[in-house]
Amino acid sequence: MTGDLIALAALASIALFVVGLKRLSKIRTARSGNLLIASGMLLAVVITLVEQGLVDYRWIAGGLAVGAVVGVLIVVRAKATQMPEIVARFNGFGGAASALVALALFWLEVVEAGADDPAAVVLGMASAITVSLSILIGVTTFTGSILAELKLRGTVKGQPRIPLRGILLTLLLAGGLAAGLGGLFALADPLTASALVAGLVAASLVAGVVLVLPIGGADMPVVISLLNSLSGLAAAATGFALENNLLIIAGTMVGAAGLILTQIMCRAMNRSLANVIVGGYGGDATGG
Amino acid sequence: MMGPLLVSIYVFVLAAFLGFELITKVPPTLHTPLMSGANALSGITVLGALSLVTVADPSVGVVLGTLALVLATINVVGGFLVTDRMLSRFGGGGDR
Repeated sequence: MTGDLIALAALASIALFVVGLKRLSKIRTARSGNLLIASGMLLAVVITLVEQGLVDYRWIAGGLAVGAVVGVLIVVRAKATQMPEIVARFNGFGGAASALVALALFWLEVVEAGADDPAAVVLGMASAITVSLSILIGVTTFTGSILAELKLRGTVKGQPRIPLRGILLTLLLAGGLAAGLGGLFALADPLTASALVAGLVAASLVAGVVLVLPIGGADMPVVISLLNSLSGLAAAATGFALENNLLIIAGTMVGAAGLILTQIMCRAMNRSLANVIVGGYGGDATGG
Repeated sequence: MMGPLLVSIYVFVLAAFLGFELITKVPPTLHTPLMSGANALSGITVLGALSLVTVADPSVGVVLGTLALVLATINVVGGFLVTDRMLSRFGGGGDR
């Protein structure tokens, strides 16, 4: 019975997300839309805490308190012109968080549990695949977003050409994914498996830099919008790994809505997304 | 009855269609705030972190989970706050 109530409350928070996003895309209702999404999020957090029942709250309380204080401080101390930079940083944190949840799941359930089987057996095949995807997308989003913030701020200037960038990016993403999947599917020894997962993390860290570095600072808003879409997908992948439908729904909605918004932003500049991603245009950021 | 994985795949596909349909026309002034609000929503991964750090004794896994919880909470709290700050300046005239 309580289970049904919790499921209904989760549905209410999804409804708040949907209506909120819709309202956020119209000027007159935008502020209330943001408030609706925020209350949906608060409801979702309360639901999760209630669902877990009596657990040890020390880490939860500490993590929530530190995160809330730091989040507020970052916004309060930022100048009005720095808003897009702040969004980029938060987006990077969100991507990193999704990847870290996937890593923590792997570590807690496989390595620390002292499992004698590969992660794909312990977690299930679908979870093992989505853990890898979550790390890949989340970590790429993290370094990409932080670099985007630095470019917006002007700390990193120019758009250096990276030779064979497309091939390099493909190799990093495919190679990283192969390492991660290999570690999770084939290896029963947790130590070797986690070394391969570390390889996936390393490849993804570099991939984010390779993706964003050649793109000019003035194109960063489009890049951040694309990375925002990716961080949504990372959250959705984490949702698959944890079998949590709230994460899947909210993450996927951000992924899809973010992609549409990215296209709208490209069209407003008379550019195609491919044209922006190839890089070499746009010059440095001048508040654009 | 469908298995849980199949239900999740249904949910994923339908949520993708919903996300695509939800955003149609957005005035340029709302591009950044909408991106910012959607970004705060992607901090939903905070729920995943919450479900992992439920034990008392510290371990590498718990530390990873807590780090995720901190970063996701920054994303959520800061994200909604910064969106509201951007939108609050709309009434006062001037661009963005």
